[in-house]
Amino acid sequence: MTPKTLTLQDLLRTDFAPGGGTQEYFVNMGPQHPATHGVLRLLLKLDGETLRQVIPVLGYIHRGIEKICEHQTYRQIVHLSDRLDYLSALANNWCVTRVVERAAGIETNERIETIRTLMAELERLQSHTLWWGVFGMDLGAFTPFLHGFRDREELTQIFEDTIGARLTMNYIQPGGLLHDLHKDFAPRVRAWLKDFGTKVDEYDRMLSGNLIAQKRLVDIGALSGDEALGLGATGPVLRASGVPWDLRRVRPYGVYDQLDFVVPVGEKGDCWDRYWVRIEEMRQSLALCETLIENIPEGKTMLVKPAAKIRLPEGTFYEELETPRGIFGVHLHSRGKDMPWRFHFRSPNLHNLWCITKIAPGARVADIVAMLAGLDLIVPDMDR
Amino acid sequence: MSDWLEDFIAGKEGAELLADDRPRSLLLPLPALIGSMQALKAQGFDMLNDHMAVDNPEGEHIRLLWLLCSTESGELLRVCCDLPRQQPVAPSLNALWPVAEWQEREVYDLFGVLYSGHPDLRRLFLEDDWEGWPLRKDYEDSFILEPGKP
Amino acid sequence: MKAAWITTALLALHSLSAARDWTQPTLAERAAEAAGRSPWESAFWIGLGLAGTLAAMTLLGLSLVYAERKIAARFQCRLGPTRVGWRGTLQTLADTFKLISKADLVPRDADRLLFFTAPWLVVSGMLLALVNIPASPLLFVVDLNIGLLFISAVGALSVLGILLGGWASNNKWSLLGSMRAGAQIISYELSLTLSLLVIVLFTGSLSLGEIVQSQQEGWWLWRGHLPAMVAFLVFVIASTAELNRTPFDLAEGESELTAGFHTEYSGLRFALFYLAEFLNMFIAAGLAATLFLGGWMPLHIAGLQTFNRVMDFIPPLVWFGLKTGGLIFVFMWLRWTFPRLRIDQLLKLEWRFLLPLSMVNLLVAALVLLLGVYGKGGPA
Repeated sequence: MTPKTLTLQDLLRTDFAPGGGTQEYFVNMGPQHPATHGVLRLLLKLDGETLRQVIPVLGYIHRGIEKICEHQTYRQIVHLSDRLDYLSALANNWCVTRVVERAAGIETNERIETIRTLMAELERLQSHTLWWGVFGMDLGAFTPFLHGFRDREELTQIFEDTIGARLTMNYIQPGGLLHDLHKDFAPRVRAWLKDFGTKVDEYDRMLSGNLIAQKRLVDIGALSGDEALGLGATGPVLRASGVPWDLRRVRPYGVYDQLDFVVPVGEKGDCWDRYWVRIEEMRQSLALCETLIENIPEGKTMLVKPAAKIRLPEGTFYEELETPRGIFGVHLHSRGKDMPWRFHFRSPNLHNLWCITKIAPGARVADIVAMLAGLDLIVPDMDR
Repeated sequence: MSDWLEDFIAGKEGAELLADDRPRSLLLPLPALIGSMQALKAQGFDMLNDHMAVDNPEGEHIRLLWLLCSTESGELLRVCCDLPRQQPVAPSLNALWPVAEWQEREVYDLFGVLYSGHPDLRRLFLEDDWEGWPLRKDYEDSFILEPGKP
Repeated sequence: MKAAWITTALLALHSLSAARDWTQPTLAERAAEAAGRSPWESAFWIGLGLAGTLAAMTLLGLSLVYAERKIAARFQCRLGPTRVGWRGTLQTLADTFKLISKADLVPRDADRLLFFTAPWLVVSGMLLALVNIPASPLLFVVDLNIGLLFISAVGALSVLGILLGGWASNNKWSLLGSMRAGAQIISYELSLTLSLLVIVLFTGSLSLGEIVQSQQEGWWLWRGHLPAMVAFLVFVIASTAELNRTPFDLAEGESELTAGFHTEYSGLRFALFYLAEFLNMFIAAGLAATLFLGGWMPLHIAGLQTFNRVMDFIPPLVWFGLKTGGLIFVFMWLRWTFPRLRIDQLLKLEWRFLLPLSMVNLLVAALVLLLGVYGKGGPA
């Protein structure tokens, strides 16, 4: 028997609430909506202000990147990976680079790995500051938004000095790094890190301790560890639910095995835990960056000829690493050409998104905004 | 480390260990899929990390890949299964890992693989009335700049 | 030379405010009195009142928007408008022209009549309340003997406007926003009115003019003891909710409902909603200043004669402006600091906390009045 397929139209049924006699109705949250930060569309089935069902409708920014990858060389794919989760472009670059280097058998040196780790941690800070600002805005406090952007801007300029780009980095390449560090890099990063240490405390004072923020977050959207695992959640969302699953710790890459850091873990898995885990991660990343910036060894930053064509052996390869939003994975299915036969991205945001279908029913309209903010979703990464 | 996996496939007909791949891969015949997945989940593979498909037009089959992960041992395991290209129907793993519901929708959307027992088999990214399965190698439409080139 | 000019100017200002009896006739009274003598003089006073109100509305609207933008900018480590005019002072004027010159968009399925009426209802409610605000003995348009009651009544017109606007837009988000606004404003109206009643109890009058007069001896905030302080706090909280400002801005919570009840409004009609929002803030702050902080009365501290003389020298309009401005700053401060409450939390706060509190407070105020604890010549 052929399994039955459905269309969106089949789901658009409303009922009268049992006993009450009020009718449910559908509202489109998105694709153009301030709380979805992009073109995510959530179809909400509401009863008054109470959510009955959430149907995420994806594909508004689907660019067919996996199909495009099948016609690109491996160096070009690194460019495309920027366009997925634009706030963790460096981590995405790194993941693609790792899978290509593994398949091609390219060994890197200590300097390259240290700089890659440092860049990834700086980008985690950059991503989390932006998240914090947007989180505040989603709760209705506009001021954190600009404070978050202010702190991110400085870091973005530091990236720009070395990399030449602010968002789509394309810096970590198979065989090394695109450029060596800018001469101002280390002093500027040191100054920024020193400044940012006080900023995290300021974030705490501004939003974390606020009674209204607490009321809006504690016990909202709670997700147990087992549920989170079943829903495929990773990153801070999973860790907030009490599962200490951080690839930097359990399967270290880069130079993480030489570094000492704490993986913050929540208890209840509610919005507050997700918030707290990210704030703590900022503190941990800050300490990591402070160690790394003092310990960059000397060496070459590019070990292969940048113009050389990379031809990979036949086989299926997989690498994953921890981006600010969770596990980003790359499947590479090679048939021995200079282009992949099949290239697949395991997107952290797509998997985190499904938590909303579990935690939203029964909540209020305002809660779904807090939940979305707590999941920290980047739409281009889901749609690819 | 690998002992249990060899024991695991020992009793299953048609099961094969693709030892060269990393993470280690297990090729299972379609009928044994659900039972093996249940057993693997009981083994501690509590996270269905990813699910994807690879088209293989010469072999006339589509290979489905599941990536399992154990948060206890930290081990990764890839499970593969070949489906005929003409009528690809696989069982849904939705009951074991809820996230399979959406991963399978992605594979259905892009490869046209149907899943029996799936509660909500809709296209994930493309419109409901889209024709064809874009990630199959023989897919063609007017957007493709160099038609005929796989 | 400069000093001479300043002295003259101050003396002139002082002579304006010199009438220490505080009982200048309002513009409406002047018009009524003149009506018997000469219709022209009566018309002059009426015209002056109308023109003054409209001018005040425009000026206040422009300056409040500018102030909000500048203050918000300071809170957010940025500069705010800097380009148009001196330090961006004309930015709001430019924005007003931009809004007025925008295309007039009406959603296809909107209820056109209600859609057009709604912003004007909101603005007229605001205007009717504005004429009652006693800014200074000379700038006082109408002193109704039921002033407070009248302000509460016309204040409710804006709820009607918001509800109609949300309904007529034929947009589910707008409807959600306007229903929230309706529930919120009607709930908070209760504790707002109860906190007003405390002052009515103390003064025995609903007329704003008389309420100001009654504070010659001292502000009600101090003289009314605890009940007045509680009433003041409840008033500030409830009026923040009435004004739909953060943390109570659920009606237009932009991250949830895009823009709430005015999502579908643009151009002039949007400008009217915007204007009404800011002037309602002014009215709420002015009302709080009038009821609790002595209105245009100068700050006096018993026993400090020289200090009191100096304070008397400052014109009443400045006093009123300072007090109102201070309260407006508090409203803005709240807005740019707090996140937003959720609708059920908001209603719980009102029905489970503020309403019982203000009821008990009213009883305590009545007791204080009966026992005569509050002194005529108390502090302040």
